[in-house]
Amino acid sequence: MALLEIENLTVEFATAGGAFRAVDGLSLSLDASDVLAIVGESGSGKSVAMLAMMGLLPWTATVTADRLNFDGKDLLALSARQRRQVVGKDIAMIFQEPMSSLNPCFTVGFQLGEALKVHLGMSRAECKARSIELLDLVGIPAPEKRLSAFPHQLSGGMSQRVMIAMAISCNPKLLVADEPTTALDVTIQAQILDLLLNLQRETDMGLVLITHDMGVVAETAQRVSVQYAGQKVEEQPVVDLFSEPHHPYTAALLAALPERATSKTLPSIPGVVPGQFDRPDGCLFSPRCGHATDRCRTQSPTRASAGLGLAFCHYPLVKGVPQNHPGNGVTA
Amino acid sequence: MFQFLLRRIGLIIPTFIGVTIAAFAFIRVLPGDPVELMAGERGVSPERHAALMKQFGYDRPIWEQYLDYFFSALQGDLGNSLVTKKPVWDEFFTLFPATLELSICAIIFAVFIGVPAGIYAATRRGSWPDQAIMGTALVGYSMPIFWWGLLLIILFSGTLGWTPVSGRISLLYFFKPVTGFMLIDSLLSGQKGAFSSAVSHLILPTIVLGTIPLAVVARQTRSAMLEVLSEDYVRTARAKGMSPMRVVGVHALRNAMIPVITTIGLQVGVLLAGAILTETIFSWPGIGKWMVDSIFRRDYPSVQGGLLMIAVIVMTVNLIVDLLYGLVNPRIRHVR
Repeated sequence: MALLEIENLTVEFATAGGAFRAVDGLSLSLDASDVLAIVGESGSGKSVAMLAMMGLLPWTATVTADRLNFDGKDLLALSARQRRQVVGKDIAMIFQEPMSSLNPCFTVGFQLGEALKVHLGMSRAECKARSIELLDLVGIPAPEKRLSAFPHQLSGGMSQRVMIAMAISCNPKLLVADEPTTALDVTIQAQILDLLLNLQRETDMGLVLITHDMGVVAETAQRVSVQYAGQKVEEQPVVDLFSEPHHPYTAALLAALPERATSKTLPSIPGVVPGQFDRPDGCLFSPRCGHATDRCRTQSPTRASAGLGLAFCHYPLVKGVPQNHPGNGVTA
Repeated sequence: MFQFLLRRIGLIIPTFIGVTIAAFAFIRVLPGDPVELMAGERGVSPERHAALMKQFGYDRPIWEQYLDYFFSALQGDLGNSLVTKKPVWDEFFTLFPATLELSICAIIFAVFIGVPAGIYAATRRGSWPDQAIMGTALVGYSMPIFWWGLLLIILFSGTLGWTPVSGRISLLYFFKPVTGFMLIDSLLSGQKGAFSSAVSHLILPTIVLGTIPLAVVARQTRSAMLEVLSEDYVRTARAKGMSPMRVVGVHALRNAMIPVITTIGLQVGVLLAGAILTETIFSWPGIGKWMVDSIFRRDYPSVQGGLLMIAVIVMTVNLIVDLLYGLVNPRIRHVR
């Protein structure tokens, strides 16, 4: 049975200009001890979808889903109190900005011990022992001393290690890492990713890695879900995705990797993710897509088969050629 | 931390000198002098006037008078009141407990209502309770103290007859002051009903004096809380599965209190200024009323000494607040 099942998740924010749909009919599933990467540009609803699953969105957000199951429990049916017993214990999350994600007014020891006390009912001494063990586990030297440190005394990488220690403190079944390395410098990025993957292997937890860095995806994930403007546009095992992207957006993302660039100038995707007021009809990627036709601009695409990476496209690519496209006459 | 303390105390010295100059100058700028006011409507002959001024030492050059005042003040000698002939220092400390008692009650009133009201408003931003609380706070902040005091007296003392109009305790009770705090002394006296009488006398002045600080604290708490609630670490606390009570009351509140504590410290100055009006309205025998009376009598030593003492108290409170600030905010404490 899947650990996390999300079906047709939609998140809308009430804004002064009307409802804004940040996540649009997203479906995902994750098995225990699976590593899934969610990629996409800024504004494609990656974080929002996971925050919605955790129940951490502000009250202006409306979350609907056909299914939002975690470990056999329907998260939407749980009361706030019951949900808090899952969130923070069985599902944990770490964030993009480690420096601002730790509370500046409390010591590392307090912030680590808190979850242990609330979720596992540990005594002070047990909390302290476990906290030291956790800090040691995430590779923080002299953990006893660090317990009394305040966040401003830690570096960014150190803070993210503390965040990870906090997240894994109750042995979660699922860890959501929301761009965990974006704010860190490159050498630290690699260390943090290694740490996350090692912990994932040792504890056998599921890991959802939100990122916009294809390089990170290639190194870490087993499966990749590509998200664009709140929709999942493609999902494939990582090796297949890199060798044969089926959605033009995925292909464009991969083409924009410096390692793959063949010409002098780095290929880029023109334009930006549509916002609240410039949402196109039909396929949301059509204004930026090189293969877009009038059909793309007027009709919403249908989902292709698993063999075509569940691509959300009228003309999914096969070996870089759009299928059934009027421009090339090739039929599948 | 030690350096921080030194720097902070260093700042007090120029402020102290400034206050002595201001206190010395202000009372002399007012038309009239002590002799004229003592003589009253009957007047006094110019020769007698000059003789009396000479007797008090007010014929000397102004800088000599100032230096005399300044160096005596440094040694803790504020001179004797021209009216009662008692040392200003003694007068001040006989009356100060009354003001202190009233101010403490007012600050407690302001903080214990203002902080929860601000938190409540912040967590329900934009709702009608939020708007009602903030609207009321604005009205409270804008209300002139003397008018507000009179309104309350008319309603609660006049129409309803629930509270006494003035004074610190009913005339039925008499005992020697021990601490100077009527609430404590009335309990110590063991007289039946004395304590409740003291409490009932304290209620209206506390509300009147505490209204402006209450409004300021509520608004400041709300805005600080709103800012803190959108911080990443609040999301982290929620992601850890902490209850909303704990997220707001522990994680957010500790951070939101940093600016609020500064505000409370600044309100102490406002409180002592407000005490002058409040004590006058309620005939509260504290330093506020004493200062007003001394100014009307051109009692130079009392005004100079009283202003100086008030300024020193405000400075001390602000120093304590700054130290407290360091306690709440670890980022200040650990600056090396």
